[in-house]
Amino acid sequence: MSQDTTETLTGSQIVVRLLERQGIRRIPGIPGGAILPFYDALSQSKLIEHVLTRHEQGAGFMAQGAARATGEVAVCLATSGPGATNLLTAIADAKLDSIPMVAITGQVATSLIGTDAFQEVDAYGLTIPITKHNFLVSSAQELLEVIPKAFRIAASGRPGPVLVDIPKDVQNERIEVTEWPEPGRRDPAAEADAESIAAAAAMINAAQRPILYLGGGVVHSGGSAEAVQLAEKASLPTVMTLMALGAMPVDHALSLGMLGMHGARCTNLALDECDLLIAVGARFDDRATGKVAAFCPGAKIIHIDIDRAELDKIKTAHVGIRGDVKEVLGRLLPQVKQDLRTAWLGRVGELKSTCPLQTPGADDPRTPYGLIRAVAECVDDEAVIATDVGQHQMWVAQAYPLRRPHQWLTSGGLGTMGFGLPAAIGAAMAQPERTVVCFTGDGSILMNIQELATAAEENANVKVVLMNNASLGLVFQQQTLFYGERIFSSKFKGVPDFLKIAEGFGWQTLDLDTASDPKAALQAAFAVRGPMFIHASIDRHEQVLPMVAPGAANKDMIGD
Amino acid sequence: MNSITKKHHDAGQAHAVLELDVNNHAGVMSHIVGLFSRRAYNVEGILCMPVGSGKTSRIWLTVNEDARLEQMIRQIEKLEDVLKVNRHGAAHEVFDRVGEFFR
Ligand SMILES: Cc1ncc(C[n+]2csc(CCOP(=O)(O)OP(=O)(O)O)c2C)c(N)n1
Repeated sequence: MSQDTTETLTGSQIVVRLLERQGIRRIPGIPGGAILPFYDALSQSKLIEHVLTRHEQGAGFMAQGAARATGEVAVCLATSGPGATNLLTAIADAKLDSIPMVAITGQVATSLIGTDAFQEVDAYGLTIPITKHNFLVSSAQELLEVIPKAFRIAASGRPGPVLVDIPKDVQNERIEVTEWPEPGRRDPAAEADAESIAAAAAMINAAQRPILYLGGGVVHSGGSAEAVQLAEKASLPTVMTLMALGAMPVDHALSLGMLGMHGARCTNLALDECDLLIAVGARFDDRATGKVAAFCPGAKIIHIDIDRAELDKIKTAHVGIRGDVKEVLGRLLPQVKQDLRTAWLGRVGELKSTCPLQTPGADDPRTPYGLIRAVAECVDDEAVIATDVGQHQMWVAQAYPLRRPHQWLTSGGLGTMGFGLPAAIGAAMAQPERTVVCFTGDGSILMNIQELATAAEENANVKVVLMNNASLGLVFQQQTLFYGERIFSSKFKGVPDFLKIAEGFGWQTLDLDTASDPKAALQAAFAVRGPMFIHASIDRHEQVLPMVAPGAANKDMIGD
Repeated sequence: MNSITKKHHDAGQAHAVLELDVNNHAGVMSHIVGLFSRRAYNVEGILCMPVGSGKTSRIWLTVNEDARLEQMIRQIEKLEDVLKVNRHGAAHEVFDRVGEFFR
């Protein structure tokens, strides 16, 4: 506790001060009755800017975008009742992707709780299963403990969302504050077990056909550099989950790109042949593993994760190491032998050349892969790449040259349509020096389209690339492949004029369909700072391939 | 042995008794039982009382011993308000002693 002079402050003023002390400089949200005392206090802050979003889900995803791009805890705000319920999807999304976020909600006054008061909803109860932890605050005094704790919990161990629900009377309660608590920071992780690390090193040194399997935990721990060093020293072919893309540059010689449902054939086949799988900050999600019993059938498993509950959850590890990924990789490195592993790398090279990822149309910007490639040529690795959910997301995951941790913002675990635009805006505001690209679909963009207004107002440097196939493409593809082409409720009968919509929100626009030289038009559009809406029509019969049928083994892929 | 646990012993279902030390406040029980209910994992018996000064409580649970139990315990251990989890066999007497209130 640091000494200060005594001040009489309201609960709201205390929260504002604590957030300032945490280093928070921007909070997206929407006001309403039960959080107005807090908004009143926030209006007096000289350090924190409030971003008025158009929907609380937008606020939640903007906070997520900031958190994903920076790796730091971000905050969002909502009022009680519908404000809180509108936040739920963004909170659940943060939970599944382990994103550090603190959501602050107003609640009806303590005396009214439990009476079905106006805009009363049990935000605490609703968020128990979708937060890492949550608080219903009962006094202004308690805030001095709860707020730093919320940040500590969100950032420590496996990161995640924390909800702080503050009744209106607590926001208004005046107390004397003489001392301020230290800001809540990430606790250092318990040191990992040395014997297990030695055992893992011995297994890597003895393996003939090892593969390094990186998950989102590598990005969260800041251990990407160590992961690449380990791969290089021990010549480990490396696969990444959707969440880990960019942890190793996807065009690194040892990279096999993304594994799983839409991984390249060579990637899933190499996994099928490996004799040692080194899983790092990954959780064996079913989209990554396919049928678990057939995943890496001949492999021993080393599993490194900060969350002990992930070890042995899906696959029993031969060596399980609980610890911070960055630390464990750093300690593993000196114990791992330099090894050229020519035979195995030769075999992997053969797989890569005989069954690489097929990207038909990569030179034609009027195809999905060609458009993604043309966009990539407009920006450098400093750009942030966000997506919505659907075919466009998987095409970008397969084909965009992601080369930097925290470069890639996508809703992995929850797969939430509507994530992309607000996440991109949040990232653009947190890192105004970067260009933020948001690849989206005509289904997803409509789920948070109202945030076009927020982006325009804030002049966020976001380039939306709408891949418009007039359908819920991924659903259309699944019905085509797995439901006897019985296309139902996945084709839109009416398609809005997205360019007019974007213009109406104050965005600059580009229609690639009518551009005579799409590549040049893209270059010109990206040269303009500020919000830019780029529209490109895509044939709805385009598919994301290869594809592993849900529940099938990864080696049984549809398509080349 | 109370009638609830007895039924399951008769059914041949093995039980485990879990002893949890937790912070004593309103939301703790919800957090814990929520982990079970979302997995459709029935909690057969629950006992809870404050300990010492009342800052902490002890919760006793009796649950079916199935393949998910280890994962359940690890999830419980992650809860912020859970200080300690001990696992006992079904032979633990705590539920037997309160059995008379369930007759
Ligand atoms: C909120 C939400 N609702 C439903 C789904 C199921 N879903 C997954 S992909 C998809 C279609 C996405 O369509 P679009 O955004 O146009 O992208 P496309 O697949 O066409 O590229 C749907 C409906 C989802 N992921 N999220």
